[in-house]
Amino acid sequence: MNAVDLHRKLERNSGLLIFGILFVSAIGGLVQVLPSVLQDDLVTPGPGTQPYGPVQLAGRDLYIREGCSTCHSQQVRPLLAEVKRYGPYSKAGESAYDRPFLWGSKRTGPDLHRIGGKYTDVWQRMHLLDPRSVVPDSIMPGYPWLAERAADADGSIQSKMRALRRLGHPYTDADIEAAPAALAGLKEVDALVAYLQALRAPPAEITP
Amino acid sequence: MADRTSGERYHDRVASWLTAFAMAWSIVGMLAGVYVAAELVWPTIDFGREWLSYGRLRTLHTNAVIFGFGVSALMGTAFYSVQRTCHVPLFAPRLAWFCALAWQVGVLAGGISLLAGWNGGKEYAELEWPFDIAITVVWVCFAIVFFGTIARRRIKPIYVSNWFYGGLIIVIAMLHLVNSLAIPVTLSKSYSLFAGAQDAIVQWWYGHNAVGFLLTGGFLGMLYYFLPKHAGRPIWSYRLSIVAFWAFTYSYIWAGPHHLHYNAVPEWVQSLGMVMSLVLLAPSWATMVNGVMTVAGAWQKLRTDPALKFIVLSLAFYGLATFEGPMMSIKSVNVVSHFTDWTIGHVHSGALGWNAMITFGAFYFLVPRLVGASLYSVRLANIHFWLALAGTMLYVLAMWGAGVSQGLLWLSLDEIGELSFSFKDIMASMAPYYALRLVAGIIFLAGALLMAFNLAMTGKGRRTVAASPPAVGVEGP
Repeated sequence: MNAVDLHRKLERNSGLLIFGILFVSAIGGLVQVLPSVLQDDLVTPGPGTQPYGPVQLAGRDLYIREGCSTCHSQQVRPLLAEVKRYGPYSKAGESAYDRPFLWGSKRTGPDLHRIGGKYTDVWQRMHLLDPRSVVPDSIMPGYPWLAERAADADGSIQSKMRALRRLGHPYTDADIEAAPAALAGLKEVDALVAYLQALRAPPAEITP
Repeated sequence: MADRTSGERYHDRVASWLTAFAMAWSIVGMLAGVYVAAELVWPTIDFGREWLSYGRLRTLHTNAVIFGFGVSALMGTAFYSVQRTCHVPLFAPRLAWFCALAWQVGVLAGGISLLAGWNGGKEYAELEWPFDIAITVVWVCFAIVFFGTIARRRIKPIYVSNWFYGGLIIVIAMLHLVNSLAIPVTLSKSYSLFAGAQDAIVQWWYGHNAVGFLLTGGFLGMLYYFLPKHAGRPIWSYRLSIVAFWAFTYSYIWAGPHHLHYNAVPEWVQSLGMVMSLVLLAPSWATMVNGVMTVAGAWQKLRTDPALKFIVLSLAFYGLATFEGPMMSIKSVNVVSHFTDWTIGHVHSGALGWNAMITFGAFYFLVPRLVGASLYSVRLANIHFWLALAGTMLYVLAMWGAGVSQGLLWLSLDEIGELSFSFKDIMASMAPYYALRLVAGIIFLAGALLMAFNLAMTGKGRRTVAASPPAVGVEGP
């Protein structure tokens, strides 16, 4: 039976057509995506990669809430110009604790995977609240409300850490116990700055 | 029309309403797009308001056009055409109404949640877990109505448009279910079941194929119904449409990793993604050729019929975008294009030139038939055509200019091997392109507003006309 005859069978039977579409469209995922999802070394933490502390984790969730990855990538490609501009290129193991991944698809602003330590906390804070106060030509929006709200306003940090522990992030009971105290008194902007400052190459990469 | 049974009628009111909803979402989505384009020119026009902030409003823009405009248009035209290609009224019409209305409520509430900062963080799947569940429920109902109608059909072969609409329903369900797997923490927050590089591969399997089976396949269903209907000629080659359909359904799925070139995912995944993206050129252009050859012989209609003009132009942009896409997936081209506005231009040559134009063409054809009146103003529709073409061209050219400059300037090294330009200077040089893009968006939006007015006047004071399946023995859709 040739392919067109096979098709004629499918187009006369809705059940077969549904099955045919599902089967044909699933092949790519089964061959290409499934093996990647089963490949443990893609999500094995690299040397020096630690789970986010409570303040950084709260900051990361703010980064997601404000849609920062709409304009900023976190993925330095292994190209000479990129390594010169940003720092060591990104490895899979560095993102082992990233749920979701935040590699991004657009650089309206610069890549941020190596931004940690390049500017002071004070500069980062000023820049987030009013970007043009430190970079006159910037087209980044300001985020003044980050200075007004508590970093863990809804008190969800412990449930977040517990959820991540269920997914395999190695938080201890003591870590989770201590989390609210670590965030006490901090504003959202402080948490976001802490997260940005944590975005740097693992220590093993920096020493020559 | 001959009435074979006891006054059996097509359920067209639900299609009428979905048409109106789609038009409304197109205005909302494009308005949000124009506003975020303006924010890149004047960054302070968010006035320090969270809900006007770029990161949230841009997400609303993409969701309103894809899920508000796109899905409403697809659902409406699917409900309309599946009845006519099967010669039976919709199966479970109340469920069809539920789908149509629940979807609108979902997109509206989802849009508000995005402005409130509920964001899952995955592109084109930003809506948080409560919405993911709601989407699943509506989608299952959509499938029941659509395939239920097909199961009751009175024409033995299932018409080609229904293969594509069916592909849309099945494959989007599969992608959505896998990519949305997450552990909820609060009502507005969840963590993806996948991490890092694996999350990236799953996400672009989803993201690329949302483009593939919703924005390409779904709209091809629209094309295969409305183009022959409108040109008054059957599809040029039935055999070519079979080959193109299965090749499309098989090969699109593999292409996702071209979004991850030179990222931290395995080399073989990237290379396979690139090869399959190049393969995709064949079914894409086969479909374009099939469409163009179907119009051939009806060219004289183009002079007088704005709806057909939109459909033919959409085919041209479909061909352009499906050529550009595979080229951009070549790793050595992607080195330049990745992370730049070139990608944004590419997406819009598809979204404006293909998705919006074919929908406009379908609606200019459909709405007069739904309400049983001629179009309020052919002249306004012709003006809309030129606004849409000018807007799309200007948009794409501006983004090519911006994207190619960014890509080359970022990579540029001087004679001693140091970076030639700072990021800040390159970014500042984008200002004229971003201003042009804003103008392009306003032109395109103006055209859509004309259309909304034109269609509203066409349908004003009228009800959806009753239509019945043809008498037994009448052949073909």
